[in-house]
Amino acid sequence: MIVKLLSGDLPRSTVLAVILGLVFIALAFAPFLFPGVRSVDTAARICVFIVLVASYDLMLGYGGIVSFAHTMFFGMGAYGVALSSTNMGRGWDAMLTGSLTGALAAAALAFLIGLFSLRVRAIFFAMITLAVASAVAVLVSQLSSITGGEDGLTYLIPRELTPAFRFGDSFLGANLNGRLLAYYLVFSGALLLFLILLRVVNSPFGRVLQAIRENDFRAEAVGFRVVAYRTGATCISAAVAALAGSLYAIWLRYVGPDTVLSFDIMIDILLMVVIGGMGTMYGAVIGATLLVLAQNYLQGIMGTASRAVEGLPILPDLLDPDRWLLWLGVLFVLSIYFFPTGVVGRLRMQR
Amino acid sequence: MTHAPEHAPRMAQAALRDRLAPLIPFALVPLLVVAGLIAIPSTSSWLTLTVSGLAMGMMIFIMASGMTLVFGLMDVINFGHGVFISVGAFIGITVLLMLGHMTQAPSLLLNLTAMLVAVIAAMLATGALGWAFERVIVKPVYGAHLKQILVTMGGLIVVEQLIIVLWGPEEIFLTRPEALKGAVTFWGAAVEKYRLVAVGLGLVLFLAMRHVLRHTKVGLIVRAGVENGEMVEALGYRLRLVFVGVFIAGSALAGLGGVLWGLYQEVITAHMGQQIMVLIFIVVIIGGLGSVEGCFIGALLVGLMQNYVAFLEPKLALISNIGLMVAILMWRPQGMIPVVKAK
Repeated sequence: MIVKLLSGDLPRSTVLAVILGLVFIALAFAPFLFPGVRSVDTAARICVFIVLVASYDLMLGYGGIVSFAHTMFFGMGAYGVALSSTNMGRGWDAMLTGSLTGALAAAALAFLIGLFSLRVRAIFFAMITLAVASAVAVLVSQLSSITGGEDGLTYLIPRELTPAFRFGDSFLGANLNGRLLAYYLVFSGALLLFLILLRVVNSPFGRVLQAIRENDFRAEAVGFRVVAYRTGATCISAAVAALAGSLYAIWLRYVGPDTVLSFDIMIDILLMVVIGGMGTMYGAVIGATLLVLAQNYLQGIMGTASRAVEGLPILPDLLDPDRWLLWLGVLFVLSIYFFPTGVVGRLRMQR
Repeated sequence: MTHAPEHAPRMAQAALRDRLAPLIPFALVPLLVVAGLIAIPSTSSWLTLTVSGLAMGMMIFIMASGMTLVFGLMDVINFGHGVFISVGAFIGITVLLMLGHMTQAPSLLLNLTAMLVAVIAAMLATGALGWAFERVIVKPVYGAHLKQILVTMGGLIVVEQLIIVLWGPEEIFLTRPEALKGAVTFWGAAVEKYRLVAVGLGLVLFLAMRHVLRHTKVGLIVRAGVENGEMVEALGYRLRLVFVGVFIAGSALAGLGGVLWGLYQEVITAHMGQQIMVLIFIVVIIGGLGSVEGCFIGALLVGLMQNYVAFLEPKLALISNIGLMVAILMWRPQGMIPVVKAK
């Protein structure tokens, strides 16, 4: 049963299996294990980012395609929910329409970009996606009459998903309200999408993608249409990223350029994929969990360290909590050189 | 026994169409300028916009040329190129601020000397940084595009954060040197003096670069290396050294571009390089990776397009450049003047 659910792609390392199990249990029972607004918020963020990073890994780790437009697709899903909820009124139908429209639009745009750039040279894709994504981000913040501009949009989601909806008293320390339902909507959506991605990469389609990553010339010679496979992977990846964006929008009940479209999120995704391990879906789980936890708690540690070295030259500035990206950047470069397979690859090697 | 087919060499000239085809890209800039003249109602604003478009294009060209050569020569795609722009701007502007007494004086000579000192300082610093970047970041990942993109992106993040550590997170506002402030008036159109300087400087640099590439031995080796690196190495040239030299020169040019861009915008931030990189990528792609001429034409097109559209429909400025890129890639999928043969 479990083997079937995981599409036959088992962790293949005891340590990894234990860690993944712990992450799964922690996320599945987060509202009961770690009650509190902030920790549940962190858990929901981890769920969303696992899907987002896994979908990016489908492109980067399996397809060997570098894209810088993943936040754009993420944002399209988020804005899809936001716009439909604003314009169609509060309701499940608006949420569903928004999610589906966002995913379809993202896939269509990915198809167009792929058509232009993947046809010629795969590295064009990296540059073109960067250009398109920044143009879209600028456009979104400028078209304030539709998208709310820099301020973003706040909207209503179905009442059953808001804290105002209560269906009982607290249970094991968690309040039984709509927020709990919203968390489980995000969690199950993320789990479903992750399993679908796992299915995709372990299908014949995924195998061909890996072959193309290793040697596109030979794959073409064997008779696979490289461009079609690469474009297909891009579209699937974009659609899943958009759905992750919809989940995030449902959870936050707010979208804005900074929360769903900024380039910082793109950098976060890159870090998560590389540190977790490219070319393994489980790497996404490890990377997203590690990085989101680090973002939320590392800054506190760095603040302490910065105060500890006060008085020395430059060091306090280097350890300033706002400079955590510096250290993650160093970690990123080092991990590409020394652990190109990331945490997951390391754990699997030790078996 | 079969006879060899008859194909005696003919001396006929290629058709006019075939001979003109390589020249089409050069006609695009004048065409765009004429299109601007038609679309923009007032001639004086057209002139102002054209000059500022050309100035912007020249600055983008200075920044992008290094990147396109590095790619052409060694098949290295440097996503961290933008960081040299930021570093150049910060060093150059810091020097300019230190030379305050020279930039505040109303003498053009003193102002230009101060600018020259700032530019030299910036170019030295970014050249050295480029050398280090090549050594530490790029060298271990030759031949692997995927890793190059990721690693240079990581380098960009680290250096950008280091800028913030050294100069603080706030943006720095500055004023141009005294003699370069204000505008001169031609036929009723106000043209900022600084933009004229930028146009002149860009043109001089382009011609100098063309001269080096076409008429010197180093240029010959570089062009041959772009065409067929293995053959050049087989002839006994150490292409690796040439490449490091080009990388350093390209970084230094990016630093120069950074100083010019900082003075143009009158504000610098650590992220400025990353923002300009978007335009640089568009320029490099539509020009054809590895081609300096293509890069020049592409930069002018992007600069003019950006300024015309920003005047006509401000919200579409960045989108218009994407549109330009799409149009050119539909016409010539490898860019306007493709140099690198399907690497």
